[in-house]
Amino acid sequence: MNSGMAFAPIVLAANSGTKAASKELSIGIDGYFQYELFGQKLYFTNTHISILIVMLILVIFAVVANQVIKRADPNKAPGAFLNFVELLVESVDKLTISTMGEKHGPKFCNYIGTLFAFIFLANTSGLLGLRPPTADYGVTLSLALITFVMIHYNGFKYQKIGHITGLFKPLVLSPINIIGELATPISLSLRLFGNVMSGTLMMTLLYGLLYKPITLFWPGFLHVYFDVFSGAIQSYVFCMLTMVFVSGNFEEE
Amino acid sequence: MGNITNEGLVLAFSALGAGVAMIAGVGPGIGQGIAAGQGAAAVGRNPGARGTIMSTMLLGQAVAETTGLYGLLIAFLLLYANPLIGKLPQ
Repeated sequence: MNSGMAFAPIVLAANSGTKAASKELSIGIDGYFQYELFGQKLYFTNTHISILIVMLILVIFAVVANQVIKRADPNKAPGAFLNFVELLVESVDKLTISTMGEKHGPKFCNYIGTLFAFIFLANTSGLLGLRPPTADYGVTLSLALITFVMIHYNGFKYQKIGHITGLFKPLVLSPINIIGELATPISLSLRLFGNVMSGTLMMTLLYGLLYKPITLFWPGFLHVYFDVFSGAIQSYVFCMLTMVFVSGNFEEE
Repeated sequence: MGNITNEGLVLAFSALGAGVAMIAGVGPGIGQGIAAGQGAAAVGRNPGARGTIMSTMLLGQAVAETTGLYGLLIAFLLLYANPLIGKLPQ
């Protein structure tokens, strides 16, 4: 089994000869089987498995919620599950509209809700014994690149050519502006990756270092902080920053 | 002290470098503390705006945390995916 650090598959391929310090501690991404695509060596890793499980949970939840909503009787009070779904949707809608404004906010509710659900489930999937998919730099970079495309699509849509000329407004500062624009997806992705990765690493080390009977109860308290609290904060922050960056381009200059 | 291998030297200084890189954790600690303190003061002055203050404070703290995370990433790289070992003359 190959054990590499989070920068799969590049580092994974480079490190395939080295062994991890301990056999039981698997900190990095494990590749389960190798396949070739367009001449590239790729691995089916545990990130893929965790993502598939997270997607399965989300799809099942969506299908069940859809069926419950379709069969709901408008004359009766909604049940517990329907109330919960309504609470989720309403709070996401309220957050999006209060951040992005009455005019543009409703268009982004769907995406922000999906993003929040995916990142939150991905961060808390450590509770299920999985390796969180967001502890893989490939996942967080993809999410941040979606945000990057959204920022500039909306910039060109609402400011037309002013989106480009705005970078050169004080001509002296134009390099800083351009670097600042390019640094946005990098800092977004590294923030999520670093937080989840450090939590995963600390939990793995604790499970490996402590005696077996102690690991039955003690790390549970730490799961509450590293998985639930930190995961919720980071998914909130990712969605919030996406909204702030995208809505920064709405004002007509 | 004469029998230190090249690889051992690189590994030792990588471990040292990982420790030094984590000094970057000082800045975000101070910054997050200042943000939390100002947030508490703001809630004390205007308890009605608690929700807005909380979300703004968390957002600012997350942004301040980024520089510390860069140091953490350097430490991770040095410990688990060391790029320097590959540069040794074979």
